[in-house]
Amino acid sequence: MTMAAASTGTLDRREVVKTLLAQREDALVVTGLGSSCYDAGVYDHPNTFYLWGAMGGAAMIGLGLALAQPKRRVLVITGDGEMLMGVGSFATIGAQKPDNLAIVVLDNELYAETGMQPTHTARGVDLAGMAKAAGFAVAETVRTEEAIDSAVRTLYRTRGPAFFDIKVNSKRYPLSIRLRDGAHIKNRFRENLLGQQAFD
Amino acid sequence: MKAENPPRVWPQDIYNAFKRLGIVQVAYVPDAGHTQLILDCHADLNMKAVSLTTEQEGVAMLAGAWLGGERGALLMQSSGAGNCINMLSLAQECRFPMLMLVTMRGDWGEFNPWQIAMGQATGKVLEHAGCVVQRVDRADEVGEVVFAAGQMAFSTNRPIAVLIGQRVVGFKDWSK
Repeated sequence: MTMAAASTGTLDRREVVKTLLAQREDALVVTGLGSSCYDAGVYDHPNTFYLWGAMGGAAMIGLGLALAQPKRRVLVITGDGEMLMGVGSFATIGAQKPDNLAIVVLDNELYAETGMQPTHTARGVDLAGMAKAAGFAVAETVRTEEAIDSAVRTLYRTRGPAFFDIKVNSKRYPLSIRLRDGAHIKNRFRENLLGQQAFD
Repeated sequence: MKAENPPRVWPQDIYNAFKRLGIVQVAYVPDAGHTQLILDCHADLNMKAVSLTTEQEGVAMLAGAWLGGERGALLMQSSGAGNCINMLSLAQECRFPMLMLVTMRGDWGEFNPWQIAMGQATGKVLEHAGCVVQRVDRADEVGEVVFAAGQMAFSTNRPIAVLIGQRVVGFKDWSK
């Protein structure tokens, strides 16, 4: 077994997230913990719910939110390690088929927060293949800038559930976001989305 | 197996409590004790009943439901409570309301020794994970206890688990 030193991906994660979030309009966003949280934090928005823990939960938070807000697009942005911990959610979401849910994995094939150990995707596990087999309407692996533009158009518009495994390089960025109080992140999100109803 | 347990009304009482509470999303890992309730929730066009692969998915799903303005409930057997522990940090850190109904095994008249470990630990483990834990052992009190727990969960933004005792659920008579 090889210990991968770097990802097979070449895309820059912050550039990918910049492109993703520039076209969010009124989409509701859920991040996974770690790097994907910090990446999205660069473009902070009250319609983003950040995880700083609860590893493996991002996709299912996305499902609950997508069911509650069927007229809004829900985008989950998470990492490969976080997705692998909740990989059973592929089956639950595939069975449920929410057409307004899209999941993006920023796949660096590494557990970057804990010392750059390789995840299963470094050893050939194909997350898009798993999502496809679970019944996602769209499931693709993305490796190039050109494919990113097409993927972003698709994930905000297509009849979902949609899944994109975006292969990014192993570059680490500094922590971009100070906002980490969970109750505040939740209340800010709900108040922005629901108005006074948030306090019923 | 000896005679079947008598017909039960408490699953209907839980369903009625759900309707009074405005529960919309119902996430579950099946348990025999919740068979009728699961059928009723699936049959209700105003409810979204979602089968899970593991109980922790339901904790995350209910957090998402609440973010989107919907109330939810999570149904599980006691053997699933341990699967939820780290995911319950969501409820504690973010003050998500969460109504969890746990049908007990390893609790009263259990025949399967493998159910004892988690059954005996369920209440303690959920308390340590930050849940308010309540218990009901009388069939005629189930609906009232679930409604009260739901009101407290959604009014005070906390996770509340109601343990439905095996004495209510019924057990398999394993004698020869």
